Amino acid sequence: MNEKNKAILFNPLSKDNPVTVQMLGICSALAVTSKLEPAVIMAISVTAVIAFSNLIISLIRNSVPGRIRIIVQLLVVAALVTVINEILKAFAYDVSKQLSVFIGLIVTNCIVMGRLEAFALGNKPWPSFLDGIGNGLGYGLILVIVGFFRELFGSGTLWGFRLIPEAFYEAGYANNGLMILPPMALILVACVIWIHRSKDKNLQEK
Amino acid sequence: MQDYLSTFVRSIFMENMLFAYFLGMCSFLAISKNVKTAFGLGIAVTFVLFVTLPVNYLLENYVLKQGALNWLGESFAEVDLSFLSLIIFIAVVASIVQLLEMIIEKFLPGLYNSLGIFLPLIAVNCAILGGSLFMQQKDFPSTGVATIYGLGSGIGWLMAITGMAAIREKLQYSDIPKPLKGLGIAFIITALMGLGFMSFSGIKI
Repeated sequence: MNEKNKAILFNPLSKDNPVTVQMLGICSALAVTSKLEPAVIMAISVTAVIAFSNLIISLIRNSVPGRIRIIVQLLVVAALVTVINEILKAFAYDVSKQLSVFIGLIVTNCIVMGRLEAFALGNKPWPSFLDGIGNGLGYGLILVIVGFFRELFGSGTLWGFRLIPEAFYEAGYANNGLMILPPMALILVACVIWIHRSKDKNLQEK
Repeated sequence: MQDYLSTFVRSIFMENMLFAYFLGMCSFLAISKNVKTAFGLGIAVTFVLFVTLPVNYLLENYVLKQGALNWLGESFAEVDLSFLSLIIFIAVVASIVQLLEMIIEKFLPGLYNSLGIFLPLIAVNCAILGGSLFMQQKDFPSTGVATIYGLGSGIGWLMAITGMAAIREKLQYSDIPKPLKGLGIAFIITALMGLGFMSFSGIKI
């Protein structure tokens, strides 16, 4: 793996992060993060969809006419998402119930379409595949950070295991109910952006 | 009548696409910098929701659902095509958006120019596909109710994006910490608006 491919794979983790910098794929990032487990499953599904749709579109990029490319892309992505949806229903039924419509909504997740338009249409299959993996991981990173804090402070558990001991509750500690509510996810993402941008001054908006 | 009214009000306030489910967030954040374009996009989204929901409702109930193909004959009663729903829904949305673009370009060039690039982009707005998926989940009793649900969700989205754009126009004059400028503060404002909208939840109509 040469320097260029390494940059394609690792840039989306920090300075080119799809959620906090490119402003893509925010919808699902917020709705599925009240617990860690669905967040991780969502991250894996999205990574798989981006990587393989990037690969497929990159393979057929020269034979698709420009005018109908959006519909072709949507159909490829929708087929991949249907496969993932059926796999989840078969092997992780509880989680797929929790994620409900949000698995289906990966089809319109802007990260997928954004990367297809911005990268896969103009690059060879192997870099496109890496770009998909990288962006999926960058998205997953944010999901896991947000999911970690929301579950820890909101329910006192991580991945379903109780982490905050009973003694704390007896001493008067209470779970922060606000953390479970959806708006808190937005505020946590805003905090991540805040920390990220005060470390990396180039990203600040004028 | 009761059904129509309560679905309409619920979809605007209690189940607001943006603040209750966070759908259509990407275009919401990217295009809410001034009120005029935000309003244009909101109108376009409302219109597409209003048109796609009844079409998808009919497809769901007469083609996709288990037993929906009954009208073809007894032997089709067991056929369950619901695994195809995602592909069908997105194809309907994409083609209706394409169709609308052509119609508006031909007959209403003024509106076409003011919507510009947003029109084709609506195909990938999560709020539109989300509307169809929620319709499938909620199992509405009639096409009319599904249409009203589409209209209401669209109006709720329109309200949200216009309000957000108005706040962001005013924000230009305030002194925000540098790293929070732009995207960061937009997130926090959305969260506060969302908290405000939560006061509607729990109201029963």
